[in-house]
Amino acid sequence: MLEIVFLTLKLAFVSTVILLIFGTPLAYWLARSPVWWREIIGAIVTLPLVLPATVIGFYLLVFLAPNSPAGEVLGNLFGHPLPFHFEGLVLGSVIYSLPFVVQPIRIAFEAMGELPLEAAATLRSSPLNAFFTVALPLARSGLITGGVLGFAHTIGEFGVVLMIGGSIPGETRVLSIAIYEAVENLEWSKAHIMAGGMLGFSFAVILLMMLLNKTMDRSRNA
Amino acid sequence: MPDLNIQLNGSIGNFDLSVDLQLPSSGVTAIFGPSGCGKTSLLRCVAGLEKISNARITLNGEIWQSSEKFVRPHKRSIGFVFQNSNLFAHLTVRENLGFGKKRCGNIQTGPSLDEITVLFGLEKLLERAVGRLSGGEKQRVALGRALLSNPEILLLDEPLSALDQASKNEIIPYLERMHRFIDIPILHVTHDITEVERFADRLVLMDGGRVVTYGPVIDMLTNSDLPFSQSQGAASILEGIIVDIDLDQGLSRISVDGGTFLVTGQPGNIGDAVRLRISAADISLGHEWDVSKISILNGLATRIIGAVEDDTQMQVTLALGKDGSGAKLLSRITRHSWERLGLAVDGEIFALIKSVALADPSGKSL
Repeated sequence: MLEIVFLTLKLAFVSTVILLIFGTPLAYWLARSPVWWREIIGAIVTLPLVLPATVIGFYLLVFLAPNSPAGEVLGNLFGHPLPFHFEGLVLGSVIYSLPFVVQPIRIAFEAMGELPLEAAATLRSSPLNAFFTVALPLARSGLITGGVLGFAHTIGEFGVVLMIGGSIPGETRVLSIAIYEAVENLEWSKAHIMAGGMLGFSFAVILLMMLLNKTMDRSRNA
Repeated sequence: MPDLNIQLNGSIGNFDLSVDLQLPSSGVTAIFGPSGCGKTSLLRCVAGLEKISNARITLNGEIWQSSEKFVRPHKRSIGFVFQNSNLFAHLTVRENLGFGKKRCGNIQTGPSLDEITVLFGLEKLLERAVGRLSGGEKQRVALGRALLSNPEILLLDEPLSALDQASKNEIIPYLERMHRFIDIPILHVTHDITEVERFADRLVLMDGGRVVTYGPVIDMLTNSDLPFSQSQGAASILEGIIVDIDLDQGLSRISVDGGTFLVTGQPGNIGDAVRLRISAADISLGHEWDVSKISILNGLATRIIGAVEDDTQMQVTLALGKDGSGAKLLSRITRHSWERLGLAVDGEIFALIKSVALADPSGKSL
């Protein structure tokens, strides 16, 4: 069972790191870009929020199939096809959790507005420098919220994993799948332990996030 | 020597801006006009925060914008103070002050943190979070932060307009000290004429995206072709030098072009330059002035050089000295008095001045 927990945490951690690295600049762009097609990108980013996980999983399967162009390129890159491997799960999780990370960060950047960035520009701070030294610190509550939501959401994900990961021990067999299988096999006590653990963990994560945001607000006004 | 050149001929959104200004690279230039006249847009174009299609902006020979070139704001050597201070909420006062200086390249040049801290009285605030400053304190930090980045020009976008009167009174002495401390040009955008009277050397009057007129502030305020002299709060500004201080009587004698004034208190030391503000409503006119019969301290010989009828009132422009060659004054009297005294342009008259204020009350209290 430890292997399952470890794999689940690893998947969530790797996905969250990738989501923060790519999602933060994307959220910054979505919050500030003047181009008219910005909301089209915004809608695409938000799509996983409303689509059934099975639909995303299905398209990912088609997209990543070894005989598709993208699947071939990625397959060559990783040395094996992505479906039913850990890397495939990461890609699926990143897409599935994208709105959960981008949305809070975008809202934080929008709340910050252009004024601090204008002040930074008049103080010899380049746009890149201002992004790191002004925008990111001012949006940190959004970054924390986005990171925690992305992490928690990846841990809880089921449909996408089932579609493109299956249940290969040590490779794609994460907690949510294991619970499902335990129930299928009528292993109630095992299902109880895992489901209860997940419940407690999720509650702890959300509570921690809320407390963290609150202490930060307080320290800012100290 | 005109060292700041601003030529703007284009639009921002659907607002047209048409400006052609050559300003010297020192002193305070007030950009004055009603809200929506384009004064803030002009300032933002100079800073590079706004990009206007057809523009040429140069400072001390360096091109900031031309048809081929647009220098981004962080590459321009500017200090900008926003209306709402715009401090970084995630940094302390000390970190805010150091933000621009750290990015200067050579941090040895320009004023030091200590100098700025003393200049703006920030000693006790340095470790404070920005959220716990008053409006006036925030604006002092914003001024200090802008100066510490060692700019070649200081751009002030209505720095006092978001403050209540008490905070304004608190910050004004700091602004005046700042003017003496630095010798870079300042563009000060405002819609408050009292700020112009206090601080400005030159005045750019804007309306509808255009420069209506531009010139030395003292001439502009008394020019009867401009709206200032016609307004209810019309006043004249005189520049003078303290020539004598009588501590016993509590009076100082100030010499201006064409006459001398007595003011109460000690506005500075002998030899100091001061600026006097005289409200047009505080000047009465009389054919004689007899100190033994009237308590008024200041009665000066003048010549009437202009008069404009305004309903039942007369807006009279006077020049000090019998020959009318001295500094100009505005007087607002009733048409009734004008006729009764038999006044006419080019006539000699005494200006009886009920009250003289220092426009620059940086000296000791009056």
